[in-house]
Amino acid sequence: MAGITIALSKGRIFEETAPLLRAAGIFLLDDLETSRKLILATNRTDVKFIIVRASDVPTYVQHGAADIGISGKDVLLEHGGAGLYQPLDLNIACCRMMVAVRDNFDYESAVRYGARLRIASKYVRIAHEHFAGKSMHVDLIKLYGSMELAPLVGLADAIVDLVSSGDTLKANHLVAVEEIMPISAHLIINQAALKLKRKIIQPMLEIFSAIVKENSTAHKNL
Amino acid sequence: MRNWILPEYIEDILPAEALAIEVIRRRILDRLLVCGYQLVMPPMLEFVESLIPSNDSNMNLRMFKVIDQLSGKMMGLRADITSQIARIDAHLLNHAGVTRLCYVGSVLHTTPSGLNRTRELLQIGAELYGHAGLESDLEIQKLMLQCLIISGINEIYLDLGHVAVFRGLINGEKIPVELETELFGALQAKDTSTLKELCVGAKKYMGKVSQQAFMLLPELYGDRRILIQARKLLPDYPEIRMALDELGTVATELESSVRALNFDLADLRGYHYHTGIVFAAYTNNSPNAVALGGRYDEIGKAFGRARPATGFSMDLRELSRLIKLDSRPKAILAPYNRNNKNLNKKIEHLRTEGEIVVVELSKYQNKKNTLGCNRKLVLKNKIWEVIDI
Repeated sequence: MAGITIALSKGRIFEETAPLLRAAGIFLLDDLETSRKLILATNRTDVKFIIVRASDVPTYVQHGAADIGISGKDVLLEHGGAGLYQPLDLNIACCRMMVAVRDNFDYESAVRYGARLRIASKYVRIAHEHFAGKSMHVDLIKLYGSMELAPLVGLADAIVDLVSSGDTLKANHLVAVEEIMPISAHLIINQAALKLKRKIIQPMLEIFSAIVKENSTAHKNL
Repeated sequence: MRNWILPEYIEDILPAEALAIEVIRRRILDRLLVCGYQLVMPPMLEFVESLIPSNDSNMNLRMFKVIDQLSGKMMGLRADITSQIARIDAHLLNHAGVTRLCYVGSVLHTTPSGLNRTRELLQIGAELYGHAGLESDLEIQKLMLQCLIISGINEIYLDLGHVAVFRGLINGEKIPVELETELFGALQAKDTSTLKELCVGAKKYMGKVSQQAFMLLPELYGDRRILIQARKLLPDYPEIRMALDELGTVATELESSVRALNFDLADLRGYHYHTGIVFAAYTNNSPNAVALGGRYDEIGKAFGRARPATGFSMDLRELSRLIKLDSRPKAILAPYNRNNKNLNKKIEHLRTEGEIVVVELSKYQNKKNTLGCNRKLVLKNKIWEVIDI
């Protein structure tokens, strides 16, 4: 049987996934920090990694270019999740999707009076769903980064962005006014891969889910 | 504007692929015909309401639509042929007993659906109407496996599901439609975290037993042991018990003809119109199911005549990508001579025997071996003979 390919992105998701993978007995043979390779071998001949941009992980898995991926809920919602199984919330890389405005902007009143707001975000789909759910009229402006700048220079009234510590908001005189949803990284699986390569994937899935359960009980007991 | 550019996800099928498609189309159609399935050819477009009898909003979005200049009504370009066949069975043929029909034709999708890299699929399939038991389910499932095997696909991974399990749980409780849709979505993605949220949030609609059952469904995936587990863990509703029995029987019958057989009790593909066993065949190197099918007893109701029905379909384009035909040149090159009776007779004879004979037009004579020929016709001792090039 052919081996499996796992799609990952560098940075926080990789750092927090590594312990899970170690527990499942999977180690990288190269050092991710120094290696420039995009396909990385592991100690197991039937498992390899590919390193892709975070927002591309669901696409690789959907098209079967990778069998498994680890992807933030934010990215998954923007992608739509077609053709993917999302069997496990890994409870890592946690943060919150928030609406934030300039600290002198009265968001509450603007909402109450039915103002039409300009919203800048990288997450247009999530933003659209959120404001449609609140029956608010908004104009969405798609940005690719530095969202915090938009309200400061008059590009938008509010932003929808991921917030973990809140330091960037504070440094730019912004305040979070609404939480849209908590975000964490999820394990995703290509639908055909789960059927064709179940013998490799299923044990891995069970180990991951046992660790996640363990971590969450440990967390509760703190 | 370069006027030779095709729209995205719309493509020409070029000779090698076209031949592969045609070869498997013939093999499958021949098989269906000798099994008693009669060929029908429904139209490419018809009124939208007859194409979407089950009110499937997903299907509605996938369908190209145009206004009929004659009636002012909305017409759709079919995105699936199954409902057309159901309409034909319900209205035109109107037989009382069992009807077996098969079809092949293009269907169009507004967006490339899931992983299909094209918006034009070449759908081939068979439907059996008028029989409600397992016998007809098995006939269709075996036929589907045979069709895959004669197309050259040997390693088949068969997945079985049963819509009645989810339906049984829904019917056991008073669950509002919106919640049902959300539960359905989460189950399709095996999204356990969302499912948990939904179940916890819906305490007032469902008891603890159902809550647990819904959360269990995504994990009820795997080999035969899953059925035993399901019997133990799911509530003992008669619908669910019967569904699990049916799955067991089908598995025993089909196990030997596939590489692997798995159950997936959360697979609700086509939930809007399926009513019983659903099945999907997968094979190596394909990120899509290569064939899909299931029981859909209710669909004819929209046409005024609900009939038990089961069937399967597959995309010939997808299939043709997976098989390898011998593409070495095998034609015979013949000289052009309008007046040479013996030569022309010989050419005709070879062609009736199924050989490809290409006549080399004199003006364009090619020095090199082209036109896919590996042999040629030459005159030896006044007799036309085929020799290797």
